[in-house]
Amino acid sequence: MSVTAASPEAAHTAAIEIIGLTKRFGAVDALRDLTARIEAGRLTGLVGPDGAGKTTLMRLMAGLMRPSAGTIRVLGHDTARDAGRIPALTGYMPQRFGLYEDLTVIENLRLYARLRALGRTELTAGFDRLLTFTRLGPFTARLAGRLSGGMKQKLGLACALMAEPRVLLLDEPGVGVDPVSRQDLWRMVNALTADGVAVVWATAYLDEAERCDTVILLNAGQVQFSGPPDELTATLADRSFRLPQPRPDRRLVLSRALDLPSVCDGVIQGEAVRVVLRQGADRQEIDTFAESVGTAAVPVPPRFEDGFVDLLGGGPGGTSVLAERMAPVSLAGELAVECRALTRRFGEFTATDRVSFQVAKGEIFGLLGPNGAGKSTTFKMLCGLLKPTAGEALVTGLNLRTAASAAKSRLGYMAQKFSLYGLLSVRQNLEFSAGVYGLDGAAKHTRIEEMIEIFHLQAYLKSSPDELPLGYRQRLALACAVMHEPPVLFLDEPTSGVDPITRREFWTHINGMVRKGVTVLVTTHFMDEAEYCDRVALMYRARVIALDAPDALKREASAGDSELPTMENTFIHLIEAIDAADNAPAAQEVA
Amino acid sequence: MSWPSPRIRAQIVKELLSVWRDPKSRFLLIGPPIFQLLIFSFAATLELRNVAVGVCNRDNGRWGHELVSRLGAAAFVRHLRPAHSAAEIRDMLDRRLVLAAIDIPETFSRDLVALRPASVQVILDGRRANSAQILLGYLNALVGGLNADRTSPPAGNDSRLPLEGAGGEWLPPAADRDGLAVRHWFNPNLIYRWFIVPSLGGVLVMFATLLVTALSIARERELGTFDQLLVSPCTPTEIVLTKLVPALLIGTVMGLVMAAAGVFGFGVPFTGSFPLLFCSLLLFIVSIVGIGLMISSICSTQQQAILGTFAMGVPAVLMSGFATPVENMPQLLQGIAQIIPLTHYLIILQGSFLKALPASEILAHAWPMAAIAAVTLSAATVFVRSKLQ
Amino acid sequence: MKLRLIGYGPNVGRVAALAWKESLQIVRDPSVILVAFVLPVVLLLLFAYAVSLDIKQVRISVVAESDGVEAQSLAAAFAATRYFAVSPARDRREVAGELVAGRIRGFVVIPQDFEQRVAASTPGPLVQVVTDGTQPNTANFVASYAGGVLAGWQDSRPSPRTAGVSLVPRFWFNPEIESRRFLIPGAIAVVMTIIGTLLTALVVAREWERGTMEAILSTPASVGEIIAGKLLPYFVLGLGATAFSTILAVTVFGVPLRGSWLSLTALSAAFLFPALAQGLLISTLARNQFIASQLALFSGFLPAFLLSGFLFEIDSMPAPIRALTYLIPARYFVSSLQTIFLAGDVWTLLLRNAAAMIVVGLVLFVLVRLKTHKRLDA
Repeated sequence: MSVTAASPEAAHTAAIEIIGLTKRFGAVDALRDLTARIEAGRLTGLVGPDGAGKTTLMRLMAGLMRPSAGTIRVLGHDTARDAGRIPALTGYMPQRFGLYEDLTVIENLRLYARLRALGRTELTAGFDRLLTFTRLGPFTARLAGRLSGGMKQKLGLACALMAEPRVLLLDEPGVGVDPVSRQDLWRMVNALTADGVAVVWATAYLDEAERCDTVILLNAGQVQFSGPPDELTATLADRSFRLPQPRPDRRLVLSRALDLPSVCDGVIQGEAVRVVLRQGADRQEIDTFAESVGTAAVPVPPRFEDGFVDLLGGGPGGTSVLAERMAPVSLAGELAVECRALTRRFGEFTATDRVSFQVAKGEIFGLLGPNGAGKSTTFKMLCGLLKPTAGEALVTGLNLRTAASAAKSRLGYMAQKFSLYGLLSVRQNLEFSAGVYGLDGAAKHTRIEEMIEIFHLQAYLKSSPDELPLGYRQRLALACAVMHEPPVLFLDEPTSGVDPITRREFWTHINGMVRKGVTVLVTTHFMDEAEYCDRVALMYRARVIALDAPDALKREASAGDSELPTMENTFIHLIEAIDAADNAPAAQEVA
Repeated sequence: MSWPSPRIRAQIVKELLSVWRDPKSRFLLIGPPIFQLLIFSFAATLELRNVAVGVCNRDNGRWGHELVSRLGAAAFVRHLRPAHSAAEIRDMLDRRLVLAAIDIPETFSRDLVALRPASVQVILDGRRANSAQILLGYLNALVGGLNADRTSPPAGNDSRLPLEGAGGEWLPPAADRDGLAVRHWFNPNLIYRWFIVPSLGGVLVMFATLLVTALSIARERELGTFDQLLVSPCTPTEIVLTKLVPALLIGTVMGLVMAAAGVFGFGVPFTGSFPLLFCSLLLFIVSIVGIGLMISSICSTQQQAILGTFAMGVPAVLMSGFATPVENMPQLLQGIAQIIPLTHYLIILQGSFLKALPASEILAHAWPMAAIAAVTLSAATVFVRSKLQ
Repeated sequence: MKLRLIGYGPNVGRVAALAWKESLQIVRDPSVILVAFVLPVVLLLLFAYAVSLDIKQVRISVVAESDGVEAQSLAAAFAATRYFAVSPARDRREVAGELVAGRIRGFVVIPQDFEQRVAASTPGPLVQVVTDGTQPNTANFVASYAGGVLAGWQDSRPSPRTAGVSLVPRFWFNPEIESRRFLIPGAIAVVMTIIGTLLTALVVAREWERGTMEAILSTPASVGEIIAGKLLPYFVLGLGATAFSTILAVTVFGVPLRGSWLSLTALSAAFLFPALAQGLLISTLARNQFIASQLALFSGFLPAFLLSGFLFEIDSMPAPIRALTYLIPARYFVSSLQTIFLAGDVWTLLLRNAAAMIVVGLVLFVLVRLKTHKRLDA
């Protein structure tokens, strides 16, 4: 960065001061008497469950909204009285960044540069700097609408960085971004804070929050915690345990562990189960439990996520009412999903190249890969949204080419955008899903009532899905997808942007259904989610480059180290290995 | 399994709710058409009234005065603007202060008294040539009246002047000019509203239906629910057929309301067969739905669908015979007009209202609509299916 | 307070940047191209050829019930005129069905005793004309042209009628009474309304729907600059479309342009002012494309079509509707365009029209300004 390095004392001056801030929408307090301080030269994470008021706070800081009470000062300027000054000082990247999809990368950059009245010489230098910084150089002539999710976020960041702002506000920049691109984002943000810029990063991903210098944790419009993430994590000392390779089935073990009174939170990590005890709970219970499932509870260092879940009162229980009421799935064959040399070409471009894999009944199968690797295309062909150019896709033995309608009635599908009808009420959405899958009469009625009960949708039946909090939207989408008790479930980035508590509840249901024999195919950018999978296929450049159990992949990437790498690092390692292999012959030729 | 199957029923309910549940879109479906029917039925008229006419009377005699006073008393004239020179006439016309000006020559009375033909110059505004021509017709009738009275002096009221009709309508000068007995069948007083109200009803039904269907697939695609529909067991044919239902319902109700408004609100006589008109209405709507779905399945955003509706709808109305008769158009355009459902429906509509159109004639215009519907609906199904490629 | 000015003052660079962005979007969206360039051509073509108020070759029947010489000569006179396409018939019953079916628009009955009637000195009807009243306009023309043919036939006969008053009509500005000449200027006004109001209403609503407005609002660009940057390209597009349509009208459709290009440009600019403001107002009221398009249709396009005096005489409308037309910018624009094309630069009329359009535009802009805030919560 060409910004002159900030003097050391400037590094800890307040960039944003928030004093007694309240924001009301009608009768609802989105933010209540909030006081916080955001320092220059530091990365501040703004975390909290959905509906905590993160986006409202971001908009207030960007001067796009006026506080109902209290003040916000950005670099000494009041956002209400001195509103005209704010845009010149801050860069703001909204959740859905305002990229013009029908403009190219360079045209978007030029627009935002000229809006900030940069001179011509500054422009050329600035573009070169930003394009190098974002590694978007080769794509300047591409339309923004044709960029992958990660590239869009990087371009959005570049646009927000145009005027070298002293304050940078990023609203959920990591949503829909693959680990490789996310690494780029981190690198860029770290370079900025080193230059003395105050960066606010709002997120629902807690591994992101953990990497921030300071964290402000919002819940229901109030600050629950403010300080370095370690400080919160430290309160969790000696409460996190790992149960490696429990028997008979780690999903069942997790479900039972979560129902223990002393356990506050738990997740699956590859072959192991990780649990967090409640405050002041004795480890006696978990030790006994671990023994009963043929393993031992090994203490592990706490994570920020543990602290977050603990602070919000713990995760949901381990029992899925949805799964309990479900009849076990009976399938004729052992294979639930199969693709045979699945190829799809768009003109000259090959999106998937002879992709083959088999998913057994009752398996959770993850499809990972950077944006644009071809996993969405594979996914779409498997659920009948796209016709393959060559190869076959089979669901429960039925070919999607020849028996599309029959095959489709055996699968449930839940998309990233949740694809609910905003013009219909929640109940009408449920009735539609039931009807479309052929439920009728009393069966339909019972099933809908069951869904309403299981997913706690009573209060929202008359609302439009658009008005629902994100968590409830996700529940409704899942309810619609499993209405007809499909033996195979397709989940396309199902928890994108959803907070950890809701995410746990979601996986409790999925785990429960899998134990009943449901097969799940999931795509995700969220590596903690990949840990839930029995096997993952990593796609890159239209091919499957690795296919194995998560822990096996980690071991492969560990190169003999005793400590297994995280899933995220494994992912990056495998991708880089392919890049290196591809570049090696080229390098030799040059030599 | 009962028919329709729960799958089809669910989709139909969804489609209906999509247009009906939101109060704003519900208002937009009902409010504007009624509002438009009211405004445009009164506004769209080819009868003249409240006209300003310029008069330059250079004649000092009796007959010049008589002509001016008759003109001033005529009900279609709002006021006369006196002019004293050709320049003044020119100026009035330039500035659109008058639609026409009459120039009575100095010799006017003298010629008449001497039983010589006397001519009066009428200068009309060619920028509004259509109205001007109608005005000329009225003026001719007025002069005809003058001539008649000159030869046989008036007995009481002059019945030849345009009179206010019973319904506030104009009795256009029944052009019983010398030697001509004119009878206007089906609409003896040539009430323009009798023409415009049924036709406007047809046009409005077409636009509402077109917009509802054109938006339906485009909206689902823009909001991502189309994928959800495509992964479900619903087949493309089902998707197209179920999207037909709400448009059919809305269009039918609207068509009936419009017809009722015509008969009971505007007093347009209905002489034809209602069941036949109803069947034609259904056919008409189905053919429009096919066009709407075709637009919708090509467009990827709602904006494109709206503009597409517009780009299809406006030329269709212009060529349908709503604005001007189809037979006035060049051969090529007359051919194109035959593949526009509205062309056929307007004939059936006008015929059913005023002409007691026989079944054979209705059939002659119904089958083209059926053919159009079959083609467009199949095309829409093919387009939807191709989205799965 | 120099710094303050940077935040608040209008900045040419920013407006230019926004205008450039908008222009690129216009050029890249096929649906905008369709509406801005293809639809005008289609509309002009239709108004030149399809929508014709000229009556020529109207299909009628002449029922000659008499075989007399006089009757045959009158029938021949009907057949000779360019206004009618005549199909001869012998019996009025056989043509009645044709009239119901709409295959003919009227018929003339030359009665059996026609020769006696002509010979008789007493005035009385010689022939009967029956028209299809379902199309009142055509019916009127059929009746009056039939009268004209009859009068012409009588004049050509040896015994002249008694002298009386006759009207000598002259149509100024459009002596051949070609409807195309006054319809095409009106059609240009409709096209301009589509570009000015409908497109503007849609593009601003789209920025809200796609979330780009939030990003733009967080930059130093002021509301005035955002509006100016949005409208400028459509202003230029509108003027370009007028110029294009005018060239088309003059060269292809043979409409004379008697006024100057200067007045044409000035009046078009004056019209675009309220038209764009109207589109903008619609989009600030409805941040949703469907509703915006409906509003634009009902408040812009249809009034421009039906209430502007382009097809229907404003003077003949009922008083409340007549009052309403004063608020419709297209009313002034149609009158101005017809004058510029057919009459010339009648500045007293044009200036008054321009002033009226600017006043309507100013009122709309004030409303827009009151409704637009640089904040999301306002």
